[in-house]
Amino acid sequence: MTCKELVELVTEYLEGSLPEDVRARMDQHLSGCDGCSSYLEQMRQTIRLTGRLQEENLTSQQRDDLLKLFSDWKKT
Amino acid sequence: MDEAVLLDSLRAGDEAAFTWLVEHYHASLVRLARLFVRDETFAEELAQETWLAVLQGLNHFESRSSLKTWIFTILTNKAKTRGQREKRTISLTSLEDELHASGRPTVDPERFNDSSAVGDVNHWVWGTRPASWAGVPEESLLSQETMDMIRRVIDVLPENQRRVITLRDIQELSTDEVCNILGISETNQRVLLHRARARVRQALEAYLQPET
Repeated sequence: MTCKELVELVTEYLEGSLPEDVRARMDQHLSGCDGCSSYLEQMRQTIRLTGRLQEENLTSQQRDDLLKLFSDWKKT
Repeated sequence: MDEAVLLDSLRAGDEAAFTWLVEHYHASLVRLARLFVRDETFAEELAQETWLAVLQGLNHFESRSSLKTWIFTILTNKAKTRGQREKRTISLTSLEDELHASGRPTVDPERFNDSSAVGDVNHWVWGTRPASWAGVPEESLLSQETMDMIRRVIDVLPENQRRVITLRDIQELSTDEVCNILGISETNQRVLLHRARARVRQALEAYLQPET
């Protein structure tokens, strides 16, 4: 497995969807390759940071609209 | 909040429970709607319609999925069908094009050189080897500037990649849930996710590159 091949398998590796033998070869490659180990770590960080994106708070207009929708529903 | 408790409160007509729910999910719903329809006002309408459908369906909801997944599914179904009817959706045909491009490498091929390899490893060209981000302080990684940069990269991804990374990595739904919502195969979902993540990683790498 070359480094160029490895970087394209990173998502499957993290998803746990690689066949056992490919995963084993990848682990073996990673244990001896600093560049690829950093690449994998960067991908993990990328996923973590993307997960930290936050949505904005509700505007007062949105909140009013939604609470009205709720009270209308309650009346039915 | 415990979901069973939340559901009981909602069914009892507790406004605080509803407020909690919309504060947590309304902005996400509008953003999800925007994955399918271009118009901001229309996206807001779809999110509001979704809340009404949620309230009306509460008594039929059997907790086979999480409440969040159920709400997201209602929204995406509405966005897809209503949008198509009114021809205000973003076309779905580009999936083929996006997958067609999936054979292309996600890392610049110039960064690899077989002759620099040592045994089976270290094909990275000297000076282009990925650096560890372990030394980057957590407050820089999580700074508003970094978050804004990630958001901008995701916003300009091809639409199917944007849908998958939004649902998987921002909303943290499972593979199965995302495949169901988008109506795509697990393989295609993985291909799209891989390309999307690789693009965000690439942008982060350029952004976090220490000044030389």
